[in-house]
Amino acid sequence: MEHTDLLIDWSRAQFALTALYHWLFVPLTLGLTFIVAIMETIYVKTGDEKWKTTTKYWMGLLAINFAIGLATGIIMEFEFGTNWSNYSWIVGDIFGAPLAIEGLMAFFMESTFFAVMFFGWDKVSKKMHLTSTWLVALGSNLSALWILVANGWMQHPVGMHFNPDTARNEMQNFWEVFLNPNAVSKFLHTVSSGYVLASLFVLGISAWYLLKKRDTQFARRSIIVASSFGLIASMYLITTGDESAHQVALKQPMKLAAMEGLYDGEKRAGIIAFGILDESKQIGDAKEPFYFSFEIPGALSFLGYHNLNAFVPGIDDLINGNEKHNIMSVSQKMQKGKIAVGALAAYKDYKKAGDLAKASEALKTFEANEKYMGYGYLKKPTDAVPSVALSFYSFHTMVGLGSWFLLLFIVSLYFSMINEIQQKRWLLYLALFTIPFGYVAQEAGWIVAEAGRQPWAIQDLLPVGMAASNVASTSVMITFWLFAVLFTGLLIAEVKIMLKQIKVGPEGH
Amino acid sequence: MDLLTLQEYWWFLVSVIGALFVFMTFVQGGQTLLYRLGRTEDERDLLINSLGRKWELTFTMLVMFGGALFAAFPLFYAVSFGGAYYVWMAILFCFIIQAVAYEYRKKPDNFYGEKFYENLLYINGSLGIFLIGVALGTLFTGGNFIVNSSHLSHWTMQSYGLEALLNPFNVAFGLMLVFLSRMQAGLYFLNSLDAPTVIARIKKVVTVNFVMFLVLFLFVLGMILFSDGLVYDSATGVVSVKSMKFLHSFLDMPLLLVLLLVGVVSLLWGVFLGVVKSNDKAIWFTGFGTIVTVTIIMLILGLDNSVYYPSLADMQSSLTIENSSGSHYTLSVMAVVSLLVPVVAGYIFFVWRSMDKTKLTIDEVKSDAHHY
Repeated sequence: MEHTDLLIDWSRAQFALTALYHWLFVPLTLGLTFIVAIMETIYVKTGDEKWKTTTKYWMGLLAINFAIGLATGIIMEFEFGTNWSNYSWIVGDIFGAPLAIEGLMAFFMESTFFAVMFFGWDKVSKKMHLTSTWLVALGSNLSALWILVANGWMQHPVGMHFNPDTARNEMQNFWEVFLNPNAVSKFLHTVSSGYVLASLFVLGISAWYLLKKRDTQFARRSIIVASSFGLIASMYLITTGDESAHQVALKQPMKLAAMEGLYDGEKRAGIIAFGILDESKQIGDAKEPFYFSFEIPGALSFLGYHNLNAFVPGIDDLINGNEKHNIMSVSQKMQKGKIAVGALAAYKDYKKAGDLAKASEALKTFEANEKYMGYGYLKKPTDAVPSVALSFYSFHTMVGLGSWFLLLFIVSLYFSMINEIQQKRWLLYLALFTIPFGYVAQEAGWIVAEAGRQPWAIQDLLPVGMAASNVASTSVMITFWLFAVLFTGLLIAEVKIMLKQIKVGPEGH
Repeated sequence: MDLLTLQEYWWFLVSVIGALFVFMTFVQGGQTLLYRLGRTEDERDLLINSLGRKWELTFTMLVMFGGALFAAFPLFYAVSFGGAYYVWMAILFCFIIQAVAYEYRKKPDNFYGEKFYENLLYINGSLGIFLIGVALGTLFTGGNFIVNSSHLSHWTMQSYGLEALLNPFNVAFGLMLVFLSRMQAGLYFLNSLDAPTVIARIKKVVTVNFVMFLVLFLFVLGMILFSDGLVYDSATGVVSVKSMKFLHSFLDMPLLLVLLLVGVVSLLWGVFLGVVKSNDKAIWFTGFGTIVTVTIIMLILGLDNSVYYPSLADMQSSLTIENSSGSHYTLSVMAVVSLLVPVVAGYIFFVWRSMDKTKLTIDEVKSDAHHY
């Protein structure tokens, strides 16, 4: 059941809109829950009431963020049904499980202990309260785990087989789905990015207090926690980023090529440290892809395959094929895919007609070409290429900013340790103005992962064009705008409330 | 376990989660009673803060309901959510606005003012619950969908689910849940608040909402028992009409009938305790009654070869637990995961008890720096 391009575009736009909004709030929750848990632990260990004030203050900001995170989150789960109903059937047998487990294992933990964390200070013992705070942190991170298991599976589907009778993919091995290397690296990379964002948030706001010369003790305490936590998280982020890129190279070579604007594959492929893409560059032409660029030789081969001399296929190789490196062209894959689609239809017809011999023959043909079935739904080979500009710029923005954050944490921690941070106003300003860039890096990360996966809803298996619900595009357009208005309205309120609470400060809280 | 047992087990779990959600909608009911029960700002703050300690559980229960349906009955997820698009989207909007309302209502500089957020809570509590009731009603009355041989589906009406509002049964089902939630809210406040002026207003609210609920409940139950229902043939999967389908199912499975009666009696007893005796334990009896009654009403849809989501456009496209479920493997894995349920229920119970040891007073709300 093919859908119109307009419907696909609106469905994708709505998913992107809701996911990008949701993703403005989740990373902060992932990290800030841990930061307040660390602060409360110090309070319980030392009995110092100032640490309690510090904890409660950051918890207050967490609550404001948490509420809108929940609001924007509920739609995400249901959108798989409302807007991607074919997807829900074709892969729901695998995809639904982690979502349900997320609810049972993570959401209940978060929501139950959240109430204790905020309203239980005088109702339960200190230890029980601290445990609750840690359980909220654990719950929110467990939620990330399960949703990224689901997402990792979209990037690299494993542990399932296609059942021709039900016309869907069915789970065969839960552990393969759960321990999918792509899911593991994604989870670690994503949660550590959340820790970094939360550290930037605490660092930046505390820097503002120091710049204003108020609540200085509180701010310095917060900076120590934020910059140490941020530094550790940043180092971890880089390690997990390396593993993520390695997984992309192995499982999604087209995405990697788009991320680096690499058209002609090569050995000792370099990473573009900085470059401006030439938009007129077409697949297969001899044009240079960049107006200008600065390249680090061999780095992409190393990043992708942990080998300086490895061959990294470019977009042209992946589209047109490369015999030397044993890469099949997309048009060949499309041919095989169409055979698979046709054989599946024939299998069903023969079976319905009771001709079991012919059905079994058709099934054999299907099984021989099954691997490429997703390609059978593509209209032309170049459909297999994601937006190069979007992938390239978002990837480089993310990596560039991530490196900057690491440096910022090192410098902040150093000046905190030697007790001079208050005098380094340039550093305090930098820390403050870095906060929005933390969010930019987060959104860029989402774009690399999801826009870079296009045209696939499930890599190589199910193109987005097949995955959408069969509703009128105007219906999706209407809900898109409703979401856009509602979420923007809520965001404005959230930012205003947050700024006010920051101005009020820990003493007034 | 064989596939059918797993399918029945999962339909039972979905029914229980749905029933727990319906019980927990006392939060929504309470949101619609803010001005009915709270005459002063302090009183309203007290009501909101009492609900504010529970609302996330209700919210999570709804998400869990969706998650369990997705994992266990993905075809329902695809057919209903992707088809009755406007209804589900409207429900989601009603819940999106709830999530921020508690936290932002009292915050300085909240941009839209306190009243705005109270209105959001009212919409969530009234329209949100009504529409959920309408959507649940369609499990009996059906939807306009067609499922093709590849199990891909589409809706046949451009109103994408809104047409369900024209069916009196669905509307009654929705209103019934609204009155039930308001009645339960009254009894919940009776249990959780120490505020004599508010408590004094509860009796009337519970009585009025109970009467409305009862009338609608009898209508809905009568329709369920005496209307035609759809059945499927286990061997061929062919769907056909059966007169008084659910009455027959209850008579075939008397245990369910007994449990239904136990649920209803417990609910009535709770109302009696609350209204006549002003007993603050009343909510536990109505709560238990609600959970049992809703579980049985949902459960009957999935047992005894029933169709649980009839198609009005093409009867043979109707959904049953057998033709819409996940695979044997996935249902088994998820059955193992469901062993976590007692653990989750255990800590929810423990936390609820710790947090509700003493009744909430306005002084406590005011003394807490973080309040709604």
